[in-house]
Amino acid sequence: MKYVALVYYQESIINAMSEQEWHDLNQECVAGVEKLTERGNFLTGLPLESVETATTVRVRDDDVLVTDGPFAETKEQLAGFYLLEARDLNEALQLASRIPPARFGSIEVRPARELPPKS
Amino acid sequence: MIDDQWIGELYRQESRRVLSTLIRLLSDFTLGEEAMQEAFASAVRQWPVEGVPDNPTAWLIRAGHRKGIDQIRRKQTAHKYSHLLVPLDAAVEEADKQDIEDDQLRLLFTCCHPALPLSARVALTLREMCGLTSEQVASALFLKPATLAQRIVRAKKKIRDARIPYEVPEAGDLPERLPGVLRVIYLVFNEGYSCSEGDRVVDVSLSAEAIRLAEGLANLMPEGEVFGLLALMLLHHSRRYAREDEAGELITLEDQDRDRWDDAMIQVGLQWLEAALARTPAGPYTLQASIAAVHAQAASAEATDWARIVRLYDALYRQQPSPVIALNRAVAVAMSNGPREGLQLLEALVNQRDFVNYYLYHAARADLHRRAGNLADARQAYQRALALVTQGPQRRFLERRLKSLNENA
Repeated sequence: MKYVALVYYQESIINAMSEQEWHDLNQECVAGVEKLTERGNFLTGLPLESVETATTVRVRDDDVLVTDGPFAETKEQLAGFYLLEARDLNEALQLASRIPPARFGSIEVRPARELPPKS
Repeated sequence: MIDDQWIGELYRQESRRVLSTLIRLLSDFTLGEEAMQEAFASAVRQWPVEGVPDNPTAWLIRAGHRKGIDQIRRKQTAHKYSHLLVPLDAAVEEADKQDIEDDQLRLLFTCCHPALPLSARVALTLREMCGLTSEQVASALFLKPATLAQRIVRAKKKIRDARIPYEVPEAGDLPERLPGVLRVIYLVFNEGYSCSEGDRVVDVSLSAEAIRLAEGLANLMPEGEVFGLLALMLLHHSRRYAREDEAGELITLEDQDRDRWDDAMIQVGLQWLEAALARTPAGPYTLQASIAAVHAQAASAEATDWARIVRLYDALYRQQPSPVIALNRAVAVAMSNGPREGLQLLEALVNQRDFVNYYLYHAARADLHRRAGNLADARQAYQRALALVTQGPQRRFLERRLKSLNENA
């Protein structure tokens, strides 16, 4: 079963980090991905640039509306995602709990849905 | 000998076991339930004619399994489920005692999974584990049947779609998962004791269900805290006839007629407590049961070993430094060393944000001021508590106290 693990944190926490702390966190994530890949749990994933770089697009009545910023202003921002392969929710939660930002942010785990076959 | 009563008894005894195994075999809650119902319906039809099979449980599981598979085929969703189905014969051959017992645990741990909202965990546990009907669960939890039904449907959908596994956590994960299960059982128990905003104090059935759940769990999973929780609930439940008067009004522990405590239940509770204490270190439920046991063994409030209760609260507070435990500890100190010392501890808690709107804090302050003879302070604290209390019996108890204070002044 595929699960998406969405990584959220308050970017203010990151902004307050020293260069060394930010470097260490990134290295921890790199090592974590390596381990997940070895075990066959990591399908894909990417870290995202800061939420300030986000742009939201909506189409209403054929009009394309582009707005600056994320879909919703929340305390925590989406910082990246992992696509995980896990046996069940218990394994997915276990894997997600080892994603480093889980310590100061939160990881939303959602099962991936399969699109129906093309008809 | 096969009459309605016999079948009813069999249903009560076996339906949960049959259900928990069918959910595993069919990999689906709803299918498992339907199959279980159909299996019992077949038994009612066939057994009076063909006789009762040697192993009724295995018969019911086999019949239910077959019905479930038919159902899947009928719905033509076989392609969706087929990979999950255990081959028919292998499954039932495997269904020996151990498997069936494990299925009970699988069902309990699934109903109490932390990925489900707490309210849904309680509802599912009552429905699936205790076998209450949706109507019974709704009325026991003071919910509209539609609200309850929606909660259960959502929970089952999440179990299926997010693939919450039907399994007992491995030994390594147990310390993390077991407290969640115990919490749900204790919540069911307390829901039976006081329903917020409700007007009844004791609803015997929910508390009895919680005790039954814990008894089942204690037999299947001999962990100290399981024993401790069971002991705690039995010791509390032993006071059920003494804690309210004929009019349904609340009687405090101090004023209860201890002859009305259920002595047989106390003895069973003490035995479970002993078993729990044999498995060190004692966890929070075992410590709370130890406190209840001190009360259970005291002839009166005055004859209670309050110093021991204070020590037990100290140990409990070290494990769970919660304001409520600090409050109870302060009251025990007052009983042990006099109200003034208890009041000092309570005053030290006043800055805790949790306490400003907590009626029991003000009720405890009022009571200690009353005992210390500070009538004006007591009156003020009772009024504060009355402004916050929501449950009818508790409100009337505080009103009576306040009234007697005014009469004696």
